[in-house]
Amino acid sequence: MPAKRVALFATCLADIFMPEVPESVVRLLRRAGVQVEFPGGQTCCGQPAYNSGFAPEARRLADNFVRVFESYEYVISPSGSCASTVRLYYPELYAADPRRQEQVKALAGRVYEFSEFFVGVLGLEDVGARMKGRATYHPPCHMSRELGIVSQPRRMLRAVQGLELVEMERADLCCGFGGSFAVRMPEISVAIGDEKLEHVAATAADYLVSCDGGCLMHMNGRLQRLGRPAPRPVHLAQLLWEGVSGR
Amino acid sequence: MSAGGKELAHVIPGSFDERVAAALEDLGLRENVRVATDRFHLARPLRLAEDLADVDAWKAAARAIKAQAVSHLDSYLAQAAASIRRNGGHVHFAADADEARRIALDIAQRAGAKMAVKSKSMVSEELHLNHALAAAGIEPVETDLGEYLIQLAGKTPIHIIAPAFHMGLDEIVDLFEKEAGHALPHDPPQLTRWARGQLRGKFLQADVGISGGNFVVAETGTLCLVSNEGNARLCTSLPRVHIALVGMEKLVPTLADLGVMISLLARHATAQKISVYTTLISGPRRGGEVDGPAEFHVVFIDNGRSNALGGEFEEALYCIRCGACLNACPVYRNVGGYTYGGVYPGPIGAVITPLLAGLAEAPELPHASSLCGACWDACPVGIHLHDHLLHLRRRLVEERHVSRMEQFVFRLWVRLWSRPGTYRLTARLARWLALPFARHGRLTWAPGPLKGWTAQRDFPLPAARSFRDRWADLEREAPTGEASRRG
Repeated sequence: MPAKRVALFATCLADIFMPEVPESVVRLLRRAGVQVEFPGGQTCCGQPAYNSGFAPEARRLADNFVRVFESYEYVISPSGSCASTVRLYYPELYAADPRRQEQVKALAGRVYEFSEFFVGVLGLEDVGARMKGRATYHPPCHMSRELGIVSQPRRMLRAVQGLELVEMERADLCCGFGGSFAVRMPEISVAIGDEKLEHVAATAADYLVSCDGGCLMHMNGRLQRLGRPAPRPVHLAQLLWEGVSGR
Repeated sequence: MSAGGKELAHVIPGSFDERVAAALEDLGLRENVRVATDRFHLARPLRLAEDLADVDAWKAAARAIKAQAVSHLDSYLAQAAASIRRNGGHVHFAADADEARRIALDIAQRAGAKMAVKSKSMVSEELHLNHALAAAGIEPVETDLGEYLIQLAGKTPIHIIAPAFHMGLDEIVDLFEKEAGHALPHDPPQLTRWARGQLRGKFLQADVGISGGNFVVAETGTLCLVSNEGNARLCTSLPRVHIALVGMEKLVPTLADLGVMISLLARHATAQKISVYTTLISGPRRGGEVDGPAEFHVVFIDNGRSNALGGEFEEALYCIRCGACLNACPVYRNVGGYTYGGVYPGPIGAVITPLLAGLAEAPELPHASSLCGACWDACPVGIHLHDHLLHLRRRLVEERHVSRMEQFVFRLWVRLWSRPGTYRLTARLARWLALPFARHGRLTWAPGPLKGWTAQRDFPLPAARSFRDRWADLEREAPTGEASRRG
């Protein structure tokens, strides 16, 4: 890839709760020859505020995001739903200011989800990972339905030497996280999650792979509460880096 | 807000939380709902792919038809009214449920009706018409098998196209035996035959037939009814008077447009190519005809629909009531239709109930979704249901239907998180505060907004070192030419 300015948007959730995820993204990018920056001014895309109906508040966080990332040619995020927030919903927040909206739309078009960037931009499915075991993939809803990123993560998983990808039944079903939904309607959230985890268990997978910190936190929390040691919920980037580094 | 709004939003007793708890405890109901919705949902894409070369093009065409009809509703309503009158029918307009009930009762009473047979109609549910008919001394008889069961059980439909799909065989036998006064076999074909015999008599006895309307064609004044049991035809041709209750958004401009809509409706609803009966009614019995009612009335009903016209929610009026969004929804499949509380359940119900009845009547519904978008994906006319739920959440905040506490928390949070310094500080503070309560590096109990989360799930502690704090180390690892940039 020609020398372009590439930024990592770590996402608040991964930054705070799962730092290994953005760390793995950085290492995989470097291995692919991409120099990546971490602009220190970044915080959160504002999705929690937006999804709770607090549009002006979400706009303040969007302002920060746009200011921090505007000068980059590529912005890479290890979360489908954060990428979707910027790409699909930011323009709406700037509806009152058409000139600014155009700039925001331009930036939104440069925001990529991790696997989308690797497969689509770098043309790289095989990152050189190898590991034994069986994985199943949970497609995050915003990533697959809103951004149309469906095959890329699966292709990257299939390229891992020694790893078997097993599709679960009804993979398209939501895991029940849903952002604020998981907090506002926790009982329904868990009921949906339990059905998802039944389908996961039926695959006898060692790894429950996904591309969104929220889904992983929710499913992991439920598995922990149920005292189930397997499968291990893990972000695609983290699993791939473990397969590359042998850790 | 009119009484109609309240009636639309409040059908099932109890608070939202109580209804959720009741539904989640009812494992039998959840299993039945899952099995039934799966049967429709999984067959739909296969049916579509097999029959329609370019499904997206069909959906786009259907969407364009409904967009045209809804954005020029006033002129199409006028055209439809003129066409129906030209055909010898009567047209009525009802602003709300009260008026619609008065119109229907008035027609029935003038006909001297003692009994009304009804084919399945969700608008009739909006009007609570059966209560009104019974109160006026007119016996309402539901003739759709599912609706008949629901009526015998004294309940309301759990699903907009399959009103009793959650009922098990034992429950059905009990209901029928109570009605029959004798034992009946536990055999679906024999039970159906019994119900058919019961209803045949009613069709012949009834003075009035009441139907809904799946579509009304503006250019021809044609009422289109879609059904699978033939009861809609008997309801609309045997009694002397036929009253069609039609939501005013059910218009399509032309007969050719109807062809497009019909091609999509049954495929999205039940994964049938076309329903067993598709009935086109253009007026009452004419001179020389043997069949059909002497009087044909169409009642166009607003009942809150105009609230959605002309704004960001107008698209919600494109709905053709196929139920595909209910079948696709992970929330619906786990809590069923009664949890939503109103006449219309599922994603479309969560959108239109607040629109038709007023947000204050159903402030929980916009949040009763994980925003997964499966509803939008399933919708034959591409209604962005999850986006509308988001926009309704925004209205909840704008119209102050959220607590002061929630407003305070969000405003404070955004203040702190719009700058990296305070963002980092709060993340550290959160870890420091949570640490004494943590076990094995995670929380099994937490107060405030996380109380619900931790009731059934563990919650992680913030990492000892955030990614932000690790970045300096990562930079040292970097081969060359890489730099952090202070934003």
